[in-house]
Amino acid sequence: MTERAPPVVSMDAITKTFPGVKALDQVRLDLYAGQVTALVGENGAGKSTTVKILTGIYQPDGGTIRIDGAPIKFANANAAGAAGITAIHQETVLFDELSVAENIFIGHAPRTRLGLIDTAEMHRAAVRLLDSIGAPFDPRTRLRDLGIANKHLVAIARALSVDARVVIMDEPTAALSHKEIAELYELVETLKAQGKAILFISHKFDEIFHIADRYAVFRDGAFVGAGMIADIDEDALVKMMVGRTVDHIFPERQPNVAEDVLQVVGYAHPTEFADINFTLKRGEILGFYGLVGAGRSEFMQSLFGITKPSKGVCKINGQIKVIRSPADAVANGIVYVPEDRGKQGAVIGLPIFQNITLPSLGRTSRSGFLQLAEEFKLARDYAERLDLRAASLDQDVGNLSGGNQQKVVIAKWLATQPQVIILDEPTKGIDIGSKAAVHDFMAELAAQGLSVIMVSSEIPEVIGMSDRVIVMRDGRIEAELADDALTPETLVRHAAGITTPAQMEEA
Amino acid sequence: MTDATSQTRHIPDRLHSRLYATLRSWEALLLAVAVAIFIVNSFTSPYFLNAWNLSDATFNFTEKAMIAFAMALLIIAGEIDLSVASIIALASTAMGFAAQYGAGTPELVIIGLTVGLLCGAFNAFFVTVLGLPSIVVTIGTMSLFRGISFIILGDGAYRGYPADFAWFGQGYVFWVITVEMVLFVIIAVIYGVLLHKTNFGRAVYAIGNNPTGALFSGIRVQRVKFILFLLTGLMSGVAAICLTSRLGSTRPSIATGMELEVVTMVVLGGVNILGGSGSIPGVVIAAFVMGLVTFGLGLLNVPGIVMSIFIGLLLIGVIALPRLWTMIAARRAKP
Repeated sequence: MTERAPPVVSMDAITKTFPGVKALDQVRLDLYAGQVTALVGENGAGKSTTVKILTGIYQPDGGTIRIDGAPIKFANANAAGAAGITAIHQETVLFDELSVAENIFIGHAPRTRLGLIDTAEMHRAAVRLLDSIGAPFDPRTRLRDLGIANKHLVAIARALSVDARVVIMDEPTAALSHKEIAELYELVETLKAQGKAILFISHKFDEIFHIADRYAVFRDGAFVGAGMIADIDEDALVKMMVGRTVDHIFPERQPNVAEDVLQVVGYAHPTEFADINFTLKRGEILGFYGLVGAGRSEFMQSLFGITKPSKGVCKINGQIKVIRSPADAVANGIVYVPEDRGKQGAVIGLPIFQNITLPSLGRTSRSGFLQLAEEFKLARDYAERLDLRAASLDQDVGNLSGGNQQKVVIAKWLATQPQVIILDEPTKGIDIGSKAAVHDFMAELAAQGLSVIMVSSEIPEVIGMSDRVIVMRDGRIEAELADDALTPETLVRHAAGITTPAQMEEA
Repeated sequence: MTDATSQTRHIPDRLHSRLYATLRSWEALLLAVAVAIFIVNSFTSPYFLNAWNLSDATFNFTEKAMIAFAMALLIIAGEIDLSVASIIALASTAMGFAAQYGAGTPELVIIGLTVGLLCGAFNAFFVTVLGLPSIVVTIGTMSLFRGISFIILGDGAYRGYPADFAWFGQGYVFWVITVEMVLFVIIAVIYGVLLHKTNFGRAVYAIGNNPTGALFSGIRVQRVKFILFLLTGLMSGVAAICLTSRLGSTRPSIATGMELEVVTMVVLGGVNILGGSGSIPGVVIAAFVMGLVTFGLGLLNVPGIVMSIFIGLLLIGVIALPRLWTMIAARRAKP
């Protein structure tokens, strides 16, 4: 049996630290020839960091990588490629204006004796590669003329063009339809038959049980367990993935839930989400959980007026309001703290105080004319309430740390005295200290009667902070959970669309 | 010690005083350059320090500067309008056409301003409603607007403007103070206040630094940009009135190449060509610098071609020097 064979690649006691965060702590991972190993873990478990170390993008701080038992170090991505490790990323960088063959061989195209690109040989090699993965198109096709699934095949062909022994697939099915996923499975079987070791990263359990031979579970940057898929069931795998000791104390809260503030009825969008109905009460923290791509941010942005919904109404305090732009949303007391702080949140280049007063200029100015003293007063008030760490209020917001930029964005919105604040991944990428400050502040705001919607992919945060949680999957509300029904297992099940054990027994 | 959490950390408003910031600003450097050029000019030519000569020299920049103020706001907001000189041509042609049918000065002014506004709205539609890049749209309208003038006028020219129409470009308010100078000052003050003292001006800066962030902060980005294109069109209309009045005639080649001089003035004034920063005082000083250089060289009988070489060198020099300076300082700081 192949199981007896030693692993092709073996990572042992790999550690990687980023400023303030231990991304990987003594993890190990073995990949075997002709087998698919599924790497399972929540967001932030260290999967992406592992991929980046295997492909030479990051260098580990400690531990060893062995190929066929021999220790090896990758100085850069080329070194990993030369060692036969290749990755198909979620969003591989491809070039729309180049042909399929040029995309496959960019950087390592076959050359003629004169050093020019040997187009004929390149096309022959491309045809061979495309045939081997069952891709039915001409290598001369311009990439932009292909659909998303075929682009993916090009990315795969490109990964295989370096004569790989180890193929890493990072959420390869995230953007594919059912039919395309079935084709991808066939391709994985082909690669297995060719004896390649495959690392398969996915959040979808049905996929993992369908395609993988082995599994490895990471949690919070640490190795939890590994074994054969045949020896484990979904339940046990979910438990390994989320079962944790709570190491962060969330603030105690007394939900003083009162009247409805926001009602959303039948919100739909042509491609991103459909049939969204829920109500939000005064002083409530409503969590939104789901996998990446479940449509949470897209829905929140349409509630905030960035994208227009195709259907649906939004009622604030019982009155129907039409929100066509963020300006309308702010005027109606709905504000949004985006996930992408640098681009959508802070206006980098403007000083801190101008960032904070930007949506409140109507109040700090007099008939359209700025009043700097008023602006400084308002900005100082909220900056100090949020314990902002800054040298001065006229400092460029771009010079602040991520956590402090987030505080400026939150201060900006609180200064508008909103009724509903939507926080999209409010603590993503910020240090533990700032995280706790943001959590405390959210609890305080809710206690003061502000209604909070929190989009988060961090299970402890969702459970620790929310009064109720709405789980979204594929653009729809999958479940609404509260009290005893709100557990890590139920969240993961609904987000991944796994049937409950009870239903499985009935079947 | 009392409870640490009850002590809020005090954050000062400003790290440096406003005076310190002003002294270290681009505008201060530019002002020093302007003074230096003034002194050099007064030594090189005996005709320089003459009130009437200096007054004449202001025509070198007043019309361009009127457009430059509006252009400064547009460039700070991250857009550009290269069709301004062609708007002048079209507005002037429209006024000349109307004058042939006996239109009086008030009508001509209204026509000039209206054509400017319409051209601005035309640009604004393509940029803000259809979302096309302004540099492409206005390169297109640059040819389009002037092309219409050429179709109407061909090789000909419109003359025969009413006598009192000459007031705008040839009139004096008091002693050597021209009407255009007064207009220049009024417009500079209006745009200075608009950019630096109003909510609208703040929105312009926010959009230039981060249009997405500005949108996500509740600013009506497309509306602000639309207004900015209207303003640039309107100021081109004003400049068309002044220039037509001064020349007393309209040819389709009127104001050819002026758009680049306007952009040069704006950039020399310290406006970041990529948007986000700049000031009206900077553009005012830049207008004087360009006026002084052209006038000084003109007194020395330097031909126009050579003059444009000087303007080009001045622009590159003034922009490159501070950059070179910091690079040298950084290299010295290293061991």
